[in-house]
Amino acid sequence: MKFMRNALVGTTALCAATAVSAADLEVTHWWTSGGEAAAVAEFAKAFDDKTDHTWVDGAIAGSGGTARPIIISRILGGDPMHATQLNHGRQAEELIEAGLMLDLTDVAEAEGWKDLVNPTSLLDSCTVDGRIYCAPVNIHSWQWIWLSHKAFDDAGVSVPTSWDEYVAAAPALESAGKIPLAMGQQPWQSNGAFGVMAIAIAGIDAWSEVNINKNAEVAGGETYAKVFEAAANARAFAEKSNVQDWNQATNLVITGQAGAQIMGDWAQGEFQVAGQTAGQDYTCLPGLGVNEIISTGGDAFYFPKQDDPAIEAAQKEMAALLLSSEVQVNFNLKKGSLPVRGDVDLAAANDCMKKGLEILASGAILPDGNQTFSPDTTGQIEDLMVEFWNDPSYSAADAQARYAEIIADAD
Amino acid sequence: MAVTEGVRPVAERTSAKRPNRLFKNMTAKIASIPMILTALVVFIGCTLWTIYHSFTKSRLLPAPDKWVGWDQYERLWNTRRWLVSIENLAIYGVCSLVLSLVIGFTLAALLDRKIRGEAVFRTIFLYPFALSFIVTGLVWQWILNPQFGIQQVVRNWGWEGFTFDPLNNAEIVIYGILIAGIWQGSGFIMVIMLAGLRGIDQDIWKASRVEGIPAWKTYIFIIIPMMRPIFVTALVLIAAGIIKVYDLVVAQTSGGPGIASEVPAKYVIEKMFQAQNLGQGFAASTMMLVSVLVVLIPWAYLEFGGKRRD
Repeated sequence: MKFMRNALVGTTALCAATAVSAADLEVTHWWTSGGEAAAVAEFAKAFDDKTDHTWVDGAIAGSGGTARPIIISRILGGDPMHATQLNHGRQAEELIEAGLMLDLTDVAEAEGWKDLVNPTSLLDSCTVDGRIYCAPVNIHSWQWIWLSHKAFDDAGVSVPTSWDEYVAAAPALESAGKIPLAMGQQPWQSNGAFGVMAIAIAGIDAWSEVNINKNAEVAGGETYAKVFEAAANARAFAEKSNVQDWNQATNLVITGQAGAQIMGDWAQGEFQVAGQTAGQDYTCLPGLGVNEIISTGGDAFYFPKQDDPAIEAAQKEMAALLLSSEVQVNFNLKKGSLPVRGDVDLAAANDCMKKGLEILASGAILPDGNQTFSPDTTGQIEDLMVEFWNDPSYSAADAQARYAEIIADAD
Repeated sequence: MAVTEGVRPVAERTSAKRPNRLFKNMTAKIASIPMILTALVVFIGCTLWTIYHSFTKSRLLPAPDKWVGWDQYERLWNTRRWLVSIENLAIYGVCSLVLSLVIGFTLAALLDRKIRGEAVFRTIFLYPFALSFIVTGLVWQWILNPQFGIQQVVRNWGWEGFTFDPLNNAEIVIYGILIAGIWQGSGFIMVIMLAGLRGIDQDIWKASRVEGIPAWKTYIFIIIPMMRPIFVTALVLIAAGIIKVYDLVVAQTSGGPGIASEVPAKYVIEKMFQAQNLGQGFAASTMMLVSVLVVLIPWAYLEFGGKRRD
């Protein structure tokens, strides 16, 4: 009898406990393309299965440029979501300083993030005054060019192995009725492609001098002049590509209408969804096949502060879960990105991801633009780049002069 | 009112102490306090707050103590994107104002000729107004898309060389947006005009017919001058639509190609939230306010200042 009563009391207590702790967490992100949606579904599934809480998906369509203002104005406006995606870097800097983000230091210590997260610069980006405020979930690098085998076969040229070979093959693509370079028209894409070309053409030293030390002399100098000329050249290749979104541009490459696209490794998810195989249907060249180096940008989850301690506990559970090995593997395989933990086994990774992992392991890494420039400076460079890439009358020299001006004022 | 004042004895008007104007209609004044407060705090207060912060180096959060003087304005007027935005708004504004009024009035005048099936046409013309700018923008993005839209249709009819691709041509992209804006808005202007035309006394028409004045002359020299208040209403509505044009551009071109179809409102939003530079966004929105005032103040002076004189 006593046992029965105890058991009953126990169940009631358990019920009460779950009733209190089960929370619906609204998560905002801008992962809406095919590959991205498949990846974020892994997070949602893991969170629903492994905890008592529910993942309420708050996807915002239209890339980070559209989603970030919505996310930030919601946090500032006193209607914060429970968790949100942002990029590694300085996008949430002021929100953290204003005390609007949940401190995750205790989770990080309990889970040992300091030893796990590789490269450590990712955790540094989350750290303000020694406290950790975000959970990095993946590493994305910009430095890739994706080449369509079908397009090059149709044009009767072999698939290039470096940027110079690609430039030489472009006229053949053009005469075969292909768009040599697929390019979406959103500002961040123009800026990203330019950054990739800068690393490949101007070299790592010049790139670091401009992007990390903000040296306007180098930005206006001869080494960078070559980059601007190459970009002006590439602009002509991309003239007929009039799509907006990056995944539409990737689709041009997948279907063989375009020869190539300079895009980060998230493009890989699209090839995967389309059922294509690396090395067979498409080729990826890190660093445009010139300088094999990758930048370690990517995504991190931030947890805006809530008043409710039950929700806070659920937020911390989610943070811990996002970095657990199994979730990291499942998510990153779908997303085509690299895991933030050095200790997980990605045997199922395809050729392109393996190349990325090798480069990551060799330590040939650079910080991402989002980590080195403030959003304001990034915005100014994006404005310049999107105009330069789309207006054939904007000369390389003029654009470079403006670029040097922005770098001189950069912060 | 005029009658009661007229019958009031002369003696009372001169001898009795004039009641304080402040306490006249006390209940009405008390009732309007919330609205007055809203106007003062929300409109004027927030405007002043914005103007003040446009002189600071506010980034993601307002920073009232980081005073930088005219720096934000200097940067604003040295930014190509802002200059392009202003130019686009001017083109869009002038064309949209003229075309909306002309098309709206013409359609209304045609409907007013007692045609058969007026209600059907009225519904058709007004229908686009029921759509939001976002939907309008997306619809016209498809219509103007060279692979699926007008260009392809005409090519399929046999004109192989036909080219009509405004959204991908930096020179004329703003007109592509203008087409969508006019399509969406002119039906509404038509309805307002039609209401105005219905308010015109039928005797005027009879008189002009007796005099043998042709219909178009009656419209231009008699009806339009009589419809002045209607035109002012339409003008205010169109002008408000012009200055805040944002979603149409976002849906149709996102400001592209390059920065060719940027507009000021988009610059403000993106600098404030995307580039996390509130100071710059406030400076730009203050310039928008100034441009509205430059138009509004002389107009208000003429409109209201003039009435008191006669």
